[in-house]
Amino acid sequence: MPAIKFRGVDFLEFDALLSDDERLVRDTTRKFIEENLVPIIEECNRAGRFPRELVQPMAELGYFGASLKGYGCAGMSNVEYGLVMQELERGDSGVRSFVSVQSALVMYPIYAFGSEEQKSLWLPALQKGEKLGCFGLTEPDFGSNPGGMRTRARKVDKRYVLNGEKMWITSGSIADVAIIWAKVEDENDKVRGFIVETDRPGFKADDVHGKWSLRASVTSGLSLQDVHVPECNLLPASSGLRSPLMCLNQARYGIAWGGVGAAMACYDCALQYSLLRKQFRDQPIASHQLVQEKLAWMITEITKAQLLVLQVGRLKDADKVEHQHISMAKRNNVWMALECARMARDILGANGIADDYPIMRHLMNLESVKTYEGTHDIHTLILGSSVTGIDAF
Amino acid sequence: MKILVCMKQVPQKDAPLELNETGTWIREDVSYEVNEPDAYALEEALRQKEKHGGEVVVITAGPARAAQVLREALAKGADRAIHLEDHAFVGLDPFNTAQAFFAAIKDEKFDLIFTGLQSDDYGYAQTGVILAELLGWPHATIIMQIEKSDSGIRVKRELEAGYFQFVDIPLPAVLTIQSGINKLRYATLIGIKQAKNKPLRKVIMPEVQSAIGGNLQKIERLYVPQKAKNTEIIEGPPGEVAKKLVDKLRNEVRVL
Ligand SMILES: Cc1cc2nc3c(=O)[nH]c(=O)nc-3n(C[C@H](O)[C@H](O)[C@H](O)COP(=O)(O)OP(=O)(O)OC[C@H]3O[C@@H](n4cnc5c(N)ncnc54)[C@H](O)[C@@H]3O)c2cc1C
Repeated sequence: MPAIKFRGVDFLEFDALLSDDERLVRDTTRKFIEENLVPIIEECNRAGRFPRELVQPMAELGYFGASLKGYGCAGMSNVEYGLVMQELERGDSGVRSFVSVQSALVMYPIYAFGSEEQKSLWLPALQKGEKLGCFGLTEPDFGSNPGGMRTRARKVDKRYVLNGEKMWITSGSIADVAIIWAKVEDENDKVRGFIVETDRPGFKADDVHGKWSLRASVTSGLSLQDVHVPECNLLPASSGLRSPLMCLNQARYGIAWGGVGAAMACYDCALQYSLLRKQFRDQPIASHQLVQEKLAWMITEITKAQLLVLQVGRLKDADKVEHQHISMAKRNNVWMALECARMARDILGANGIADDYPIMRHLMNLESVKTYEGTHDIHTLILGSSVTGIDAF
Repeated sequence: MKILVCMKQVPQKDAPLELNETGTWIREDVSYEVNEPDAYALEEALRQKEKHGGEVVVITAGPARAAQVLREALAKGADRAIHLEDHAFVGLDPFNTAQAFFAAIKDEKFDLIFTGLQSDDYGYAQTGVILAELLGWPHATIIMQIEKSDSGIRVKRELEAGYFQFVDIPLPAVLTIQSGINKLRYATLIGIKQAKNKPLRKVIMPEVQSAIGGNLQKIERLYVPQKAKNTEIIEGPPGEVAKKLVDKLRNEVRVL
């Protein structure tokens, strides 16, 4: 089989909806990923290795905190930021996860809830990739329901003492800084965010092993035992569970674009493969109606997903987006990407399970993406609540 | 150093090509990209500027879509751009293209002009050389390295069979740059954002019309080569078969 090279997917003149700059951002990122990530990703995935060598180049291109303004950040529009996420995830969901966490879950909360000192201390270093970050919300016993968290912060003189366990934390053991969400005892258990340097005594990160998904991204459990931080490490404007949910909204928006990228990778690979692979009477498998049905389904769903997420992006740029819009895009686009990956896997037959092709990796990655940042079903409930006015959680 | 880089937009290398209705060129609606050696020429200009200071200006001749080449160059770090915007530049011969550039830059004072070695579509490798003649400047082709010297620059030219030539040239001069002279950078997100505010001068046809004559290039017909397969079995005793085979390979197929 000749090597299959990604050609992009544009069925409905989607590109005509983008500005010249938006296309340039997309094309540049696509080129970067094609030349720098694609050649190494299968090896990373096999070895369970995060491609740390890409941190510096990605920082130089401006991928970290790309949509924030000032502090060395690129000040991209939300659509431009989304297109970067799409292309990163076309490469690998794990690498996109890393950038999402650094940008939307570490830099964004410092940007949105931090003091001026915190911002000028951390944002430039995180933007340059000199410091890496992680986001600790989920706990072993609290995933979809983070409000039940047990991690506590107690004020002692001019310090806070943190205790608790966090689980499934992306970049946990490679992070220099963790945004830890904890209930503050002296404030009626209100959830607030803390900047915790990971070299503080009592802070420990242990990687999750045996993952069959997002193998090119680090996932860790964090343990905080009497970790002391000065009171200036509290994110002053963080207030209640709403704050981490605002961060998740940023990240979910990027994931909705990412889903399109992963789906494009699977679809384009399956399309090219189906035209090359011959079975029965020396005909390409693409000539069979059952194969065409799968390709038709995929291209239709990808096209719908592109339009959906672009509209959400345009609303976000106009400051009119609501959280249920983002939920719809995350839920739909990750689901359709996973379905595309499964169909593409099927079209490739036995070749579909091998890492000569990117499909099985995307398929396994997308299983995590379906779960994190609000599971598919939790987003169903968010949409249900939005249209009925009745919470069903 | 003030450097002008001539850049061309060409059909993407791996884009599937279809002939136009008259069969004289390809259909307009393919994907386009920067001509590869031009991208290296731009990169070299940016590196020279980073070393010695100065300005990098990019110029292209082509329809509105060709502005993408300039935008990308500005995003990578060029300071300003000139766009000779007209569809008539598609398929114009190198002599007239050079004349148009010459007319468009007559009020500028460059130390160096770079072009790519040749374009990926027509492949003439002439535009830069002719432009040098029009300017009355020295030129050197297939450049693999540029060093500033006391009297001007010292360049390394790629010859055939792994040979190189080193030449000292006074400034101003025109150089045609070979792909692979350096490692290309990517446009950064901040670069793309800043490019919006950089000057882009549009030159319309009437401004350079008087410099241009009739197109010296005419494509009569373009066609996809027909694949033909012919199998011939040479029979007889092995010695004779070998003799006939050698004869055919030498005189008919001409591979020996
Ligand atoms: C690879 C990876 C990386 C991650 N990175 C991070 C990170 O960086 N930071 C972080 O804080 N977290 C992270 N997470 C955690 C992630 O956000 C959680 O896994 C997610 O919120 C789901 O929680 P859970 O796994 O505990 O599942 P649960 O909440 O136990 O859910 C299990 C199932 O029950 C369903 N369910 C739960 N409640 C309801 C309900 N009320 N109604 C109907 N169905 C319900 C869910 O939809 C799901 O199908 C990561 C997870 C993974 C897999």
